[in-house]
Amino acid sequence: MRMPALTALLTAAAVLTSAFAVKADEVHVLNWKGYGADEPWAIEAFEKATGHKVVNDFFNSEQEMLTKIRTNPGLYDVVMINAAFNDQAMAEKLIQPIDVSKLANYADISADKAGSPMLNHDGKVYGVPWVWGLTALAINDKAFGTPPTSIAEMWNEAHKGRVVIRDDAVEAVQFGAIATGQNINDIKDMDSVKAKLASLMPQIKTFWSSENDWNQMVASNQIDIGTYWSGSADRAKTHFKLPVSLVIPQEGAVAWLDAFSIPVGSKNVAGAEAFINYMIDPGFYVEWDTKVGAPVSANTKAVAALTEDAFNRKVMGDPAVAERIQFQAPITDAQREAYLTLWQKLKVEVK
Amino acid sequence: MAGQVGPGSRSGLRSAAPLLLPAYLWLTVAIFLPLSAMVFFSFMTDLPLSGKPWSFTLGNYATFFSQGLYATLLLASLRLGLEVTLWCVVIGYPAAYVLAKVLKGRSREAIFLLVILPFWSNGLVRIFSWAMVLREGGILDSVLNAVLPFRISIDLMYSYPAVIIGLVHSYVPYMVLTCFLTIQAIDDSLIEAGRSLGASRLQILKRVIIPLSMPGLIAGSALIFVPVVGSFMEPRILGGRTGTFYGTVIEDQFVAVFNWPLGAALSFILLAVVLIILAAVSPVLRRAA
Repeated sequence: MRMPALTALLTAAAVLTSAFAVKADEVHVLNWKGYGADEPWAIEAFEKATGHKVVNDFFNSEQEMLTKIRTNPGLYDVVMINAAFNDQAMAEKLIQPIDVSKLANYADISADKAGSPMLNHDGKVYGVPWVWGLTALAINDKAFGTPPTSIAEMWNEAHKGRVVIRDDAVEAVQFGAIATGQNINDIKDMDSVKAKLASLMPQIKTFWSSENDWNQMVASNQIDIGTYWSGSADRAKTHFKLPVSLVIPQEGAVAWLDAFSIPVGSKNVAGAEAFINYMIDPGFYVEWDTKVGAPVSANTKAVAALTEDAFNRKVMGDPAVAERIQFQAPITDAQREAYLTLWQKLKVEVK
Repeated sequence: MAGQVGPGSRSGLRSAAPLLLPAYLWLTVAIFLPLSAMVFFSFMTDLPLSGKPWSFTLGNYATFFSQGLYATLLLASLRLGLEVTLWCVVIGYPAAYVLAKVLKGRSREAIFLLVILPFWSNGLVRIFSWAMVLREGGILDSVLNAVLPFRISIDLMYSYPAVIIGLVHSYVPYMVLTCFLTIQAIDDSLIEAGRSLGASRLQILKRVIIPLSMPGLIAGSALIFVPVVGSFMEPRILGGRTGTFYGTVIEDQFVAVFNWPLGAALSFILLAVVLIILAAVSPVLRRAA
């Protein structure tokens, strides 16, 4: 359970730890828990190869991540930042430019990701693209003869009470934008988004918040369709053997890009560079994807190293998919608060 | 207590100080300081630890009044608190009576253990167990269908009743414990006196047992009502689409948008409302007690 008290405690603990000298050969990494960078086998391999010791720390929300780097200058060497937050971190002078010539694998990152305006400012690189994925739809195979192709299936009366959506205001509003044929980063007609989401509410069984929620509901055959992350849908199918298929609707899907940055004041920039280079290495990625299941690597060679029928190569690598997805761009705190208010209103007012 | 105030009270306080000190020191450090910090936060535009410039404002409190959403949710949470408290009385009071006056010896110990057993398990484990029981195709559904000759479909999961069931289960031990203590303290001779004077069982319950155990009922109700109004874990997990309450909205402010000032302001409005309710009903309850 996410607990505010716990967050406060962790923040306090982080402030305390930053007061002590950080050892030079340690690489302090800040990332989501269970998201590649803390895999024990990966850390072991990295430490053996480079001699740097990895110290992991975690966050539960992007806001918490920003607070942790603001309040602990010099503690972290590597931080994983969603590209949509890179702008803000750069503007607040929390992260520094990265010398990509030190990263042997950087050249293999696909040009559109490496050149993303979200990660590059004044000709300098502030974020190294790591992995990307989609928030699309996933279906319970038992409920469908042929997979649907349209996002409108969420509103189909036949699935009343068997639809799920993630309890996340930004994602819900952007999903509503796609359903109403709008640009997720420039929503002109908020009223139609609200009306569209309001008409979805009676269909919904519950709001999911973790991968585990989703998989359990499918395992006990309680749901037909819902929003889901591409990597999670693949993991549910291949690792947990659940009847789950990802659907990337013709109307499009929300895409996100995760990147690594180096905070200002890092005491071990060389170690940070080595760690980032390892994280985008095909060797690490293939093992991560086959052992655990991962999003799609930004490194084209890493994706090419997967087996031909691998989900991240076959489905996500399809050029037709690339054409209809929309990458999340930065949003302001005021927008975020407005989305949350709209989402809470929908949850309360529409019974 | 008031009668003891006199010449001896000063030296009494001095000798009591070493005994009181650890508890009050702990309360100061663990409750008073963080709570004061939260009061402080609730009047700020942004958290000082966010590293951004901040100033004092009343805006966080104004948000509550400018948006009908929060008042609606607060009412829903108060209703939830009342309903859960009521069910705890209905379920807990008879159990407390039986424990205190009917059962004796080992059987009482065994039943008592069953009552406080929920305290020994983690709250989350309890809620997730309920999730397994209540859902369609879950334990309750399967068992009923195995026993009954006709088919029924029970899917209580993700509904308002599921939230009530989960919360009543978590809080009913408080009611049993507080009522048990007061009922046990009732002198059996009072009940016997009533009976010998010709009172029916119902009259004894209404005129002797309930009035004498009222302090326990009140204490139990307050212990249950206050945390239930602010609860967020049970509604979120068991309530599904209907599980948005005042507590979950406060949690969103702390966790989802990292807006501690608004979250703190909403919390203190809740605290104020709860205190007003308790103050308003206390004369009535005191008379009843």
